[in-house]
Amino acid sequence: MKILVPVKRVVDANVKVRVKPDQSGVELANVKMSMNPFDEISVEEAVRLKEKGVATEVVVVSVGPAQAQETLRTALAMGADRGILVTTDGPTESLAVAKLLAKIVAEEAPGLVILGKQAIDDDANQTGQMLAALLGWGQGTFASKVEPTADTVSVTREIDGGLETVELKLPAVVTTDLRLNEPRYASLPNIMKAKAKPIANKTPADYGVDVTPRLTTLKVTEPPKRSAGIKVKTVDELIEKLKNSGVIA
Amino acid sequence: MPAISHHNGMDEASFTAFADQLDRYVRDRLIPAEPRMIEANAVPADILTEMRDMGLFGITIPEDYGGAGLNVSQYVETIRRLAYAAPAYRSTISIGVGMVTSALKTGGTAAQKQRWLPQLAAGMIASFGLTEPGSGSDSAALQTRAVRTAEGYVLNGTKRYITNAPNAGLALIMARTSAENLPRNAHISAFLVPLDTPGVTVGKPDRKMGQAGATIADIIMDDATIPADALLGEVEGKGFEHAMRSLDNGRLSVAAASVGYARRALDTALSYATERKAFGEPIASFQLIQAMLADSRAELYAAECMIADACRLADEGRRTTIEASAAKMFASEMCGRVVDRCVQIHGGAGYLSEYEAERFFRDARLYRIYEGTTQILQLLIARNMLKEFAAGV
Ligand SMILES: Cc1cc2nc3c(=O)[nH]c(=O)nc-3n(C[C@H](O)[C@H](O)[C@H](O)COP(=O)(O)OP(=O)(O)OC[C@H]3O[C@@H](n4cnc5c(N)ncnc54)[C@H](O)[C@@H]3O)c2cc1C
Repeated sequence: MKILVPVKRVVDANVKVRVKPDQSGVELANVKMSMNPFDEISVEEAVRLKEKGVATEVVVVSVGPAQAQETLRTALAMGADRGILVTTDGPTESLAVAKLLAKIVAEEAPGLVILGKQAIDDDANQTGQMLAALLGWGQGTFASKVEPTADTVSVTREIDGGLETVELKLPAVVTTDLRLNEPRYASLPNIMKAKAKPIANKTPADYGVDVTPRLTTLKVTEPPKRSAGIKVKTVDELIEKLKNSGVIA
Repeated sequence: MPAISHHNGMDEASFTAFADQLDRYVRDRLIPAEPRMIEANAVPADILTEMRDMGLFGITIPEDYGGAGLNVSQYVETIRRLAYAAPAYRSTISIGVGMVTSALKTGGTAAQKQRWLPQLAAGMIASFGLTEPGSGSDSAALQTRAVRTAEGYVLNGTKRYITNAPNAGLALIMARTSAENLPRNAHISAFLVPLDTPGVTVGKPDRKMGQAGATIADIIMDDATIPADALLGEVEGKGFEHAMRSLDNGRLSVAAASVGYARRALDTALSYATERKAFGEPIASFQLIQAMLADSRAELYAAECMIADACRLADEGRRTTIEASAAKMFASEMCGRVVDRCVQIHGGAGYLSEYEAERFFRDARLYRIYEGTTQILQLLIARNMLKEFAAGV
């Protein structure tokens, strides 16, 4: 079985993001970029399935600027076999990406597509779901456990208040949650080996997909600053303060 | 003197990818494992396995021998990032990737490289034996003897304070092949000694001020017989030259370690200063605290620039005795000042073992002592200046 893993280049999780002065978005100039952490989990899961002999090939794909090639190289160093880079400089909206992925799925015919449940830049949490809908495939989102058999995959999902296990017919779409696995570090020897792994360079036009944005961002602002709290000694004092500040009557 | 080969190193994109992974590894694995390491006074076995898998033991070893073939700048940059975590991690790899690999690359025969470099790249821990009970700074006065026999050489003597000795597979041992001191220290030769050689024993690990997890011990040689091809380069009298040349490289590594750890201390001090309140304000808002932070930042920057410049010269194939010595001297003294300010900014908490500042202070002290004390480096820099002046350079 072939596994397709889409990976996105995003602002590194440890960067303190700042809103641009004109409120058109967040500052990306000279900011460290990395693979979306959920996508690292997806790559790890796919590579583990390959190591277990369940998967035969792991193909990683990224839609984004030319530098997304570095993100693909990291995935290749983690153990993926080859990459596809669909270069586009504009914003990558979920639906456009899902359409591109659907075309790539048609070409590659994977048995599983494993995506992160969301990308930490826009937190959209919809590309996997859109892709499943476009393909008419089953979807197991927010996976904390993925167990494929010959023609099905059992996915344990993290939902409010517990875990839910669903069984999907293959081919299927899975999106990964934080607790699925702990991604490995790409080692120096594997980073060197990854240099020889192929990356195919494509554009949205190659797939006949129009990626023109359909959404307009009106304004991006920082979350409101929280003012400092105060400590109270007794419940009575708490009730009095809440009454005084008008929170309770 | 053979020209030092000029290594271009790894392509930039791959090196950047590695540096990113290393930072993550340091942050997510090595730093959280510090309390375990300090408690056991040993690098935990699982971490050691991971460090091997990461390829850290082969960073400077040429690709043909199973390493990554980093150039000096990349190697030193790797050390700086690794040294943000407790010093024992660097110490475990540094002798192998630093002095021993450097000596093998410049002075080893093809067969010696073929035998040792792949094993080192795969994670064999190494030691470098120069210091003895009676000689440290005055290293050429060493007394360990290597006597040529029909079988090879018989070694007798004791090496002291040898980093990694309790865990090493291989030691590069400096020994006299002539009882008399010779000009250009040609009485000293270097030997590649497997530590399981009969007649070689390792003493009990010494107890020390800091750097928990990094072990040192004596290596005692009592009629230890090694084959003739254990002589580095299979030429006698070149040992001191190899040792000194390797030390240029080792000093850049200590400089980078000082910078990495000073950054850690400064980050810790900065974060404490913004959290701790006195007189109703975070202490970071007091200008006298700010002065300590600013001086530390400026000195750190100076040390980083010195190291970067010395590395660039080394990558151009130039001898960097003055620059590497100056960088090591300045960076290690700078680190000492930064960890001291880190304690001061922590106030009473800085003196307690519960906080990291206290351990940074103890750990950093070594950087001013080994691979040339500050005083020995002053002498070395000045001696080279006088030589240059006399030669009209
Ligand atoms: C933790 C640790 C790890 C070590 N690892 C290794 C190792 O792996 N391999 C190895 O070979 N060695 C190792 N060493 C030894 C280290 O390199 C020596 O301790 C160091 O070079 C100083 O030598 P010494 O201790 O004999 O001090 P000494 O040479 O006795 O120096 C004592 C003092 O005198 C000063 N001094 C000496 N000569 C002069 C002079 N001419 N002018 C002015 N001042 C002078 C020194 O600066 C110092 O302040 C290690 C030491 C330690 C503590």
